[in-house]
Parts: sequence; C-alpha cells; structure tokens
Amino acid sequence: MIAMSSRYSALALARHALTGKPWARAWRSADPKPAYDVVIIGGGGHGLAAAYYLAANHGIQRVAVIERAYIGSGNVGRNTTLVRSNYLLDGNTQFFEHSLKLWEGLSHELNFNVMLSQRGQIVLAHGPSQLEVLARKGNIMRLNGIDAELLDRADVMRLLPYLDYSQASRFPIHGGLLQRRAGTVRHDAVAWGYARAADRLGVDIVENCEVTGFVRDGDRIIGIETNRGRIAAGRTAISVAGHSSAVAAMAGLKVPIESHLLQAFVTEPIKPFVDHVISFGAELFYISQSDKGGLVFGGHIDGFNSYTQRGQFPKVQSVAECAVALIPAISRLRLLRHWAGIQDMTPDGSPFIGRTPLRNLYLNGGWCYQGFKATPAAGCCLAFTIAHDAEHPLARHLSLDRFERGNGHDEYGNGNWTYRQ
Amino acid sequence: MATGPTGNDGMLRIPCPHCGERDYTEFRYGGDASKIRPPHGTADARAWQEYVFLFDNPKGAHLEYWQHVLGCRQWLVLERDTATNAVGKAHLARSQGSP
Amino acid sequence: MFERKPLLGFAGDTLASALLANGLTLAGRSFKYHRPRGFLAAGVEEPNALFTLGEGGRTTPNVAATTTELYEGLVARRQNAWPSVDFDLGAAISLLAPLLPAGFYYKTFMGPRRGSWMWYEPFIRRAAGLGRARHERDPDRYETRHAYTDVLVIGGGPAGLAAARAAAAAGAAVALVEQDSALGGMLLAAPATGALEDWRTELERAVRAMPNVEVLLRTTACGVYDGNTVALLERHDHERPDAGLGKAREVAVTMHARAIIYATGAAERPLVFGDNDRPGIMLASAAQAYLNRYAVDPGRRALVATNNDGAWRSAIDLAVAGIAVPILDQRQHVEPALQDAARRVGIDVRTGALVTRAQGRRAVTGALVAHNGSARVEHLACDLLCMSGGWSPTVHLTSHTGRKPVYRDDIGAFVPGGYAPGQFGAGAVSGEFALSAALRSAAEAGRAAAHYCGHADPIGPTPPPQVADHPFTLEPPRACPRGAGGKAFVDFQNDVTTRDLALAHEEGYAAIEHLKRYTTLGMGTDQGKTSNLNAIHLMAALRGVGIAEAGTTTFRPPYTPVSIGALAGRSIGHHFRPIRRSPLHDCHIANGAAMIDAGPWLRPWYYRWAGGDAAAAYVNEMRLVRSAVGLADISSLGKIDVQWPDAAEFLNRVYVNGFASLPAGKARYGVMLNDDASVLDDGTTARFGEYRYFMTTTTAQAAEVMSWLEFLLQTAWIDLDVQVVSVTDEWAGMSIAGPRARAALALALPEIDAADAALPHMGAREFEVDGVPIRVLRLSFSGELAYELYVPAGYAIALWERLLERAAALGIRPYGLEALASLRIEKGHVAGLELDHRNTLDDLGLGKMAARDKAYVGRELRARAQLQAPGRWSLVGLECLEPSARLRGGAILFARGEALAGHGRGYVTSVTWSTELGKYIALGLYQGGLRHAGEEIVCAYPLKNEQVRARIVSPMFIDPNGERLHV
Repeated sequence: MIAMSSRYSALALARHALTGKPWARAWRSADPKPAYDVVIIGGGGHGLAAAYYLAANHGIQRVAVIERAYIGSGNVGRNTTLVRSNYLLDGNTQFFEHSLKLWEGLSHELNFNVMLSQRGQIVLAHGPSQLEVLARKGNIMRLNGIDAELLDRADVMRLLPYLDYSQASRFPIHGGLLQRRAGTVRHDAVAWGYARAADRLGVDIVENCEVTGFVRDGDRIIGIETNRGRIAAGRTAISVAGHSSAVAAMAGLKVPIESHLLQAFVTEPIKPFVDHVISFGAELFYISQSDKGGLVFGGHIDGFNSYTQRGQFPKVQSVAECAVALIPAISRLRLLRHWAGIQDMTPDGSPFIGRTPLRNLYLNGGWCYQGFKATPAAGCCLAFTIAHDAEHPLARHLSLDRFERGNGHDEYGNGNWTYRQ
Repeated sequence: MATGPTGNDGMLRIPCPHCGERDYTEFRYGGDASKIRPPHGTADARAWQEYVFLFDNPKGAHLEYWQHVLGCRQWLVLERDTATNAVGKAHLARSQGSP
Repeated sequence: MFERKPLLGFAGDTLASALLANGLTLAGRSFKYHRPRGFLAAGVEEPNALFTLGEGGRTTPNVAATTTELYEGLVARRQNAWPSVDFDLGAAISLLAPLLPAGFYYKTFMGPRRGSWMWYEPFIRRAAGLGRARHERDPDRYETRHAYTDVLVIGGGPAGLAAARAAAAAGAAVALVEQDSALGGMLLAAPATGALEDWRTELERAVRAMPNVEVLLRTTACGVYDGNTVALLERHDHERPDAGLGKAREVAVTMHARAIIYATGAAERPLVFGDNDRPGIMLASAAQAYLNRYAVDPGRRALVATNNDGAWRSAIDLAVAGIAVPILDQRQHVEPALQDAARRVGIDVRTGALVTRAQGRRAVTGALVAHNGSARVEHLACDLLCMSGGWSPTVHLTSHTGRKPVYRDDIGAFVPGGYAPGQFGAGAVSGEFALSAALRSAAEAGRAAAHYCGHADPIGPTPPPQVADHPFTLEPPRACPRGAGGKAFVDFQNDVTTRDLALAHEEGYAAIEHLKRYTTLGMGTDQGKTSNLNAIHLMAALRGVGIAEAGTTTFRPPYTPVSIGALAGRSIGHHFRPIRRSPLHDCHIANGAAMIDAGPWLRPWYYRWAGGDAAAAYVNEMRLVRSAVGLADISSLGKIDVQWPDAAEFLNRVYVNGFASLPAGKARYGVMLNDDASVLDDGTTARFGEYRYFMTTTTAQAAEVMSWLEFLLQTAWIDLDVQVVSVTDEWAGMSIAGPRARAALALALPEIDAADAALPHMGAREFEVDGVPIRVLRLSFSGELAYELYVPAGYAIALWERLLERAAALGIRPYGLEALASLRIEKGHVAGLELDHRNTLDDLGLGKMAARDKAYVGRELRARAQLQAPGRWSLVGLECLEPSARLRGGAILFARGEALAGHGRGYVTSVTWSTELGKYIALGLYQGGLRHAGEEIVCAYPLKNEQVRARIVSPMFIDPNGERLHV
C-alpha cells in the first residue's frame, strides 16, 4: 500500500489553509520487510537519491533504505550547502556537471522545493600563477559546455566590493573564476524531497534500524542483519559516508578511507550581506549566506582521524581568521553555532561509486569535501550500478580498485590532503 | 586510557616524551602507526599498495603518528580513541616496542 | 541614544531595563509574522528584544537588549521592521499566516518554470534575516590569549561562589567566570535589601578575598572542547575600549583547566498559550529581576501564571513592591506554606487555574483563565503577565563534548548526562533548585575538583542564608486546550507555534531534529534557550511517547553568539599569517625590488632598474643574465644538513637517482618520490666531506621534505646512523648567473678559486672569506654559467652588497623571481606548476633519472600500469607560431584540426617571452609528449575566446648541449 501524498503547490497550500485538511506524511514510517530486491544502507542524501532513481529510472521498486537514526542525520544535514561543477579532471567535470543539471530540475522532478539558488560562485586567486591554475579549470569548463568566467581584480572588486582590497591585506586578491550556475541548495530539503518522491514510488524508508552485519553466501552478499532482524536483499549498497570503513568492515572489506572531522559554521541571521558563494584562494575557506540570513562557512578538516562529530577550538579560530581576512566587516558579526561532520577522506580526494570485491555489494563513499554537491549524480550513478551490476559511464574513474592500477584521481593536485595542513 | 590529575584525559594535549604535554597544534599528524611499512626494497607491489592505500580506520583505539614539529621534531606513536578523542600514552617512534 | 532620542539610565542598567524604565515595551518585531514583541527575559535567553547597536563600522546587529550594559554614548535601534517598529508594514504578513505554515516554502515557489525559485528568492532573502550588518571595516581591536588554571568555575551564582570558595580553600588555583556584570546569579534578582542580599555580599567578599581566586566578570564560557579546554569570551564594551590605545573590545581566551565546575544554573521556561508573545508578557524571573535588580516596575497590574513553585517567589516580590498580583497556578495542590506566604502579602491565590489566551495587541491587557473542573472562562485584566513553565538546567556546556543530557521527571527538565573526567556539576545545573541543596552540591564539587588537581584540604559547605528554602516541585506543562484561539508560540524568535508543531508531526517530521530543521525551531540567535524543552514536551505528547524517547537536539558551541573578530584576534590584515622574509629583505627593498608572495615567503618579483612593471622588467633581467651577470636571492630554498656514516645510503634511498657514489666536492640534482610514487620534490645535494651533505629543496616543499626525512629515519629506518637538521634559516643563498659570473666572483671574492679545475660544473666547495664560511655550488637553473653561494644568514647583506659593488664594472644587477622562472623555462627545468602531485616522474621527462639497480622510495608503486601507460600526458616545449599572439598558462591543447571540446590532449603550465628566441615559449604536458615533436597544435583559451597555434618542441629551448655551462 502506498500512501500518496498530495501534490505540493501554492494552490494546495491555499486549499489546506481554507479547509483545514491535514497534510499527508512526507514519507511513510516503514517497518522492514523480510526481503527486498535492493537494500541501501544509509538514509542520507545519496542513499535516498539512489533509492529514488532505482525506482524512477530503473523500475526497481522493492527497495528499502535502512537508516540507523532519522533520515538526513548525517552529512546531508551538516554541510555548507554548496553546489557547483567547476571541476578540472576528465571524469569529474562531466560527473559534477551532470549533478548540477540534475539539481537544476530537482525541485520540479521531486515536487519539493529544494531551493536551488544559482547565485554564482567566485573562486579567488591571490597571484598570477594561481589565476593560471584557475584559468586552466575555466577553460576546461568552457570546452565542456559549462559556464565559466575569468575575473581580474577589477571584476572581483565590482562584484564583491566588501572584500579586503586594502594595503593591509596579507594575500592581495588578483582575480578569480566565476561560475554563475553554481550556488546553494537547502540541504535538509534534499533528503526529505528524495524520501518523499521515493516513498511515492514504493520505496520503504526504514528509520531507527541499525545494520549489525551482512549475510554472506560465499563471495556473495545476500542480505543484512539489523537490530530489527534479518533482511534478505538481492543487491546491497553501502552509502554511509563518514562510517564507510565500519560498515565495509562488517563485510570483511578494508577500504582506502579514513574518517576525519570537517567543521562548519553559521552566524546569526542578518539581512542580505553576501550575495555569492565565495572561495578564498589563500587557504581552504568558503562562505555564502543562507536564505534565512546566516552566513555559512567552512574550512579545512581538523586533521586527524576522529568519529567524535565535534571540532577543536584552534580550527575554529583559524577559520575565523580566514573569514576576517576575506571580509573584514565580518569581524563584527557573531558566530551562532559551529558543528562537525565525519567525512570520509581518500588518498586522492576522490570518492568511490561502484562494485566491491564481494558480489552484489556496492559501495558509495569516500566523498571527502564534495558529497553534498554530488548528491543527485551519486544517487543516479549508484542506482545504475546496482541495477546493471556495472559502473556508470560517468563514474568509471571512481572505482574502488583504482589505486592498484595507478589511476588515482587528484582533482586539486595537492597529493594526500589528509595529512597536509 | 590515562585519567587523573594531569588533565591528560582529552584531546588537544599530547604528552611528548621529550617536551611534556603540549597542544596538538604543535604537532603534525601522520596517520595510522599500526601499519607496518614494508622493508626498504620490498619488491612486492601489493604489500606497498596495502600499506599506502588501505586503512583500518577504527572507531575506538587508534595508534597513530604525530610529529612534534614545533618542539623536538620527534615522531611519536600516540594512543588515542577516535570515538572520544581521549588521549593515552605516547612513546618515541624510534624506540620500537609497545608504548 | 535610542533611535535618535536621548535615553537616560543608571549605571548597572541594561538597555532592556532602561527602556522599560522609560516606558518602552515594544522591543521589536518578530522574524516571520512581524508581530509586536516585548521583553520576554532579563538575560541571555532573550528571544525578542534584539537591537542594532553602534554606527558605521561598529554597527552590531541582533544584540539582546537584556545583556547590553548601558554606558554613556551607547547608540541603539530596533530592527527588522519597515518603516518602523511602531508602525511595521511587514505585519501585514500576519494576515497570510494560514498560508504560511512551517515549511511552506518547500511546497511552493517551484513554478512556473524550472529555476523559478531564483525569482522568488530575493524577496524571501530580504524578508529573512534580522538586523542589517554593514560592509565597513570593524575599527575595534580584538585579542586572543591562553590561560591556565587548576579549577575553572563556570557561573558566579550562589553555587559557583560556594564551589569556588571550596576549591580555593582546598588550595587550588581557581578561575571563576561569570557572563553577567556582577556576581550572584539568581540572587541578583532577589530584593536589594534583606538577609539574602547580606549573605550574598558576604559570600562574594569572602571569595574575592581569597588570593588564589581570579574572578572574571562579563566573561562567557562559550564552548567546552576536548581536554578540558574551554573557550571564554571576555567583553569590554561597557568601557568603550579605544582601539587606538591598544584596548581590546573582546578577548577570546583559550582556558586550559585541569578541572571544570559547571555552576551554570537554570533558566525559566515560558508557558505556551494563545498569544503568549504579547508585549508585557514575560518570564516571572525576569519581572522579578527588573523589579529588584533594576528598580523598574515592569507593570502596575500583574498576573503570575505558573506550574511550579519557582514563580511564587517572583509573585511575592511583586506584591511586596505594591504591584497587584493574582497568582494562577495550574496545579490543584500547592504546598500550603507557599500559599500562606503569598496570602500574607496580599496575593490573590488561585490554584487549578490555567491561562489559555492573552488579550491585547501591542501590549497585554488581560488574560483568559480556565479553571479546573469548570467550563467557566474568566477574564482577568493586567498590564504585566508573568509566566513560568518550570526551570531548565543550563546543560549546554556539559553537552558540548558529546555527553547527552538525561531527562528528570521531578523537575520536568534535562540534567547533564554525567560529566567527563575532571568535570563536576554544582547547584541548579544538576537539578538542585533549593538553595541549601545547591550549596551542598557546590561544596562537594569544589572539594572534588580541588582533589582532582591534587589539592586536598576540604572545608565544609557554605552555610546557607537564614531564609525560607522550599523544595522545588512542578507539574508538567499542560497543553493549551484546542480552540482557545490565538497563536501559541513555542519559539518566539522564529515564530514557531503549536500549530507548526502539529503540522510537523502530521507530516512525519516528528523526530526532534526533523522538527527543528523543518520548523526552524531553536535555530534563532537564542538557539532555543526558551523554546527547546517546551517543544520536546509538546512533540512527545503529540507522539504519545516519553520525553526521553523524544530526545533532544544537539547542543553546539557557542553558548551565546561570539564575535568572529574575537576568534580571529590579532591574526588579521597583514598578520593573518606569518610572513617569511629573506635575510636580504631590507636589501631588496633598498634595491627597488617589487615583492611578491610565494607561499609564506615574500620574494623579489622584479627590480625597478629593469622596468616599471613585471612584464617590462623580467625580460631585461633575463637579458642581463644571458649576456652579462645577475644576482638572485634564493634564500627561501629549503636547506638540510645531512650527516653521519649512513648519510650516503640514506640519500641513495630517498632520491630516485643514485647518490651512493657522489664524491666529496660534488653536487647532484635529485628527485624524491612519495610512497605512492607521486613526485615529492626536486633539488640538489652536495657532499662536503665523508659524512657531510648539504641538501637543498624547493621553497614550497621544504617543510614537507624535512618532515618526511625525519619520518623515515625515526619510524622506518631507525638502524641508519644519520642526522638531519633544517638549516634553512641559518644559511642565506644567492645565485650569481651569466657568462660573466666567474669574472664577477673573481672581482668580488678573490679568495674563492672558481676556476674550472677547482670548481668544475656540479662542483661544491667550502671557502672561508674574512673568517666567514661560504659554500659555493656550481650549478645552474638558468642554463648559464652560475654559482650558488651560501653564507651564514647574518652575513647575507654583506656578501650581496660586496658582489654588487665589486663586480659593478661587469654590469651585475639583481634579478627577481619572474626572471628566475622564465630563465628556467628556456632550459626546460620543471618547477611548481609542473610538480603538482598529478604528474609523475616519467610525465616530467625525468624517468630516465631513476636508477634501475637500486631501491628507492616509491619504486614499486611507480610501476603501476596506468602510471606507465604510453598515452600519458608528458612534458613538452611549445613555441608560439603566431607573432601577434601570445601563449597563456592554463590554455588547453588540441591536435590541429580536431574539435575544440572536452579535455583536450594537454595543457600549458608555464609561459614566458623568450629573449633568446624572440617569441613566446611555454612548457606544457601533451598526450604522448615528445613523440609529437614538430607537430603544430592549437592552444585553446576559451575564457578569452583565443586559439593560438603552437609547435611542439624540445623543452630545452636554448643551448641543448649545455655549452654555456662551461664558458
């Protein structure tokens, strides 16, 4: 039985307001059934998206999303909400552009307003050679049909007059790269919107259900054990970024992932103050303003393995220093809240979407800094991989065994970010 | 894990065997210290792949390298719990054997 | 100044108390519905009375008037209303309220087309946000510092004072922090005269008199981090600190405490009933504080509505002050002694009475009251409605390190779910609401904390004051009957009502985190201090589950908002990050150098003798080096002394090429790989003696390389007898390059025998000139005859000036980084833009350097299939074929005639004008590399709509046989 939630629209709002008619649940509270065609472990953005695309694109509806707590309780609800497709490397460019295109139609597709705000992202360069590196990326984007504009210092001053252009600036702004189609999305809405749309297509979303093990038949995974009983599964996918290692270990797999803390920050709400997404070039730091008015920003990982979901104070201070270095006026504004998510980090900074050494078990993880913006494409590619037991053409470069073949995919050319602070 | 009046029961303070307890910001993190590096010249590529690319990444007790870059420059092996950030003992990496 | 009108207040007033005293009760407009709002609280939990303070760069939005100390010259105004708070057109939004339930925006604004949200968003953004911030630079000064103590006591109320006294008496060093401007906590709201105040004064005097207690007022403990590290924020706004005199407005203190005592108290909760947000409705404790502490009558005709004992104290104080007070307690049974005490001061006591709806619009004028067991609804008039829904222990800080609070039925609130080692609770935070019990727990906490720090001279508990001390009882808040009318607010700041909670429940957003995120409950500047627990109670009731099952959201730092400026402290502007300067820095400035950032370093970019800007100057500097002699500062290169018997073996392991046989007196270029075979660095190492080597690294990788060598020696190769020491700062370096370099050396330093026989190409010798050691390495980055000179940093300027003066006849001049980089391009040497961790040794054309007959770091993983694939992009030289065009770094390379789309076949890394060849040349990577030498290709730069033809050539653009090295 499928609970059909009524369609969302301004008219529906008016009708409910006038009649007092109750709204349907956004998604049913499902109890686990004994067996599914596909079980997806992890009710985050990626897992819910994969379930939706399995049902919508591949016609597979006996699908369960198994979530330990409540859906969206992981990184989809803890990130800085940025979406963009300014990627350099062959494979990444197409993957993230596909993702951005899906973002652009997502509110309509899901009938849930995820508030994609294409306010434009500007990545700053603080010297001529840094601008050349950005130019290479911008050229690649243009050659792949993606919008990109190279900005000189005067352009940046015109667009972002409140940055520090003074003599006192430690790393003067030299120019930047603008992607107008980049922007922000209301992060929680992504999880809810996918959940609601998947639910309407028959997917069971099972919350408060913790996976405790896998059921194996030789080298094949045939189900999972949970605190609510065993669930048989034709195919099983792990999509639990932050805890990928732990869940993979239950299947006896060791993966190229470490769990690190990434902090995020929000100020008290103010009237419009920053109209773009801005990325500092001197250090890893990015800022935008939410529709509610808070300035949302973040920096580098704390720098050591941890599952604590809380950050260290020295990193809070160094991120605040970046904020003031970029926007001196921010000094007066006040930090309202800061938190940390657990982030999968991989040796080359790129994720994994694909098959594992075990048959019928698939892994989506290792997302490093880029999990949120990837959500639609990751869900789409994971669904394809599960449905066809094959890598999606857009995710071939993201295979789990790429390091054995020397096929690392280092988008930023930084080497192993994990230990370089 | 050590507790008690040293205050050495949380993260942020690493007990350097040379310099005493210091803020973690004086150190550089070096990852999992329980992995055994193949001896120099080991021709087995798989051994290197596993050493370089695969991690246990446990939630709980973790042995890890830290270098006291703003102090004695020594590489330490530190016990830390990745579930709580509680710090245990540290010993110099060059003095092999259990901490 | 308040909204251009002068405002009078008294020392010790807050902005809120002064405004109330001046008769202003309309403090602002709410976030969504723009409803008129007054002062709900008297402290940090205030959700409504947010003001914009200051002017110009000092404009600070969203500051709670209840925590703003009044001082001479304070400028404040209300916010989030247009044209004014008194007449706000935004209030029209209230009419649409039925259309705008929680989360309405998820259900609409999607049409008519994809992307339509971009049309609606500007309106939503302008409507959202509270105060308006300015883009002007903040003129104030902030600082940070570290502090250390045995016992940190957080909270200066009775429990904090008693705990501090106990810990200090036991011998511990104590820091007592209090966010308020005075010590006393809830006692400050007690009558200004009487036994309680006398007792408080005496306790404060006793604590302040202890030499080992430091009291920090106006200091908030914002966050508790691992390792008993507490972030404190000290505020000095009340002193109007003068940045010009170096005074800080705020100081962020990293407090390292051995033990922490939480004496953070408890905060009162509102009751939830219809229109409970009208100005004039406030927390009972707030009314008591305004009355007793600030001597302001918050009203003349009060009602006190409560479900617990706490508010009776407030009612009694109001009555004693002559304010008429009926007390309405929802409970049928209230302790008789309390009732007697109330009746004695003339209070009209009514039990079993529930306020269902407030009356009035811009100010409360009365309340509708339902009585237990009766359908009768009574109307009572008032101009002040005091409410108390119970008290919530302030468990924020104890939760910051991951310990979830636990619910206690008897107080209807959460208490800390245990304490980390070295952390203790004292007083109301642990649910001890009665004063005597709080003092007992405080003494115990103080003793235990001191003991934890190794101090053990216990004293007894602080004797309680001789006042009545009732145990605290409460009945859980009752849901307002349906149909009572009005909006019943749960979260005042974000305008979340009981209807929104019901909607969230109806739609399945019933998990407490979903509730928060869907309705925005608890996400305001107050972070839900007055709303979270009421919401949990209401949602638990909707779900039919217990409070414990409903759970809480996560408490995150900071406890109250913190200026970002304070967190940044002095690390702003030029001091954002340290600057590394060469020992020759002053010399460069004097020589007319234009400087440029190179990582943390400031290096000479070009010199003004050669031209007015970089583009003009670098070609003249190149010509100088190619035709005469130039002098460049290379002090930023990493320098590492490598010594002891196994040094040769060590170097032979870390470099891909052989170093075992490097003889003394010679230097060799080498490349190091990481374990994963990515290129770590390139540089030279010279051997000066049997066991003595001198390594140089690139500027960018100096720290990485040093750390890596230490890692290998200390963890993997502990059997090797080698010492490595960074000597980057000890030795200055300069490169003298050009066909006249040897002649210049002979003129400037005749003591140095630079003849070919003594110092052949790649030779390395140590000399002493006037007692100063000089290391000379004959090696070249530019392709010209060149020497690197290394001298102790203190002698750098002397040597530099000597070279320029004595060789002046040869035309020697300094040259900068731009020319250095360009000269190396002409010789095909790779540098930072090529060495980016993606390009392998083989890609860079250096694969042939790797020894086949020895092991080196990275050897095995270098052999992986994809890294050796024939189609990889590898280093090529490029010559511009169009005289009127130029090559650009970042251009994408395509074969001639192929469609310009996709990722191309390579890219341009480094470009220069070649003075030798009279054209633009570049280094780049191209698929298949030099197998395509001689082919014409296209350099595409769509960002500027440019396509330029170029030819693939050897990256060794000039002097391929190296003849110039031997002139």
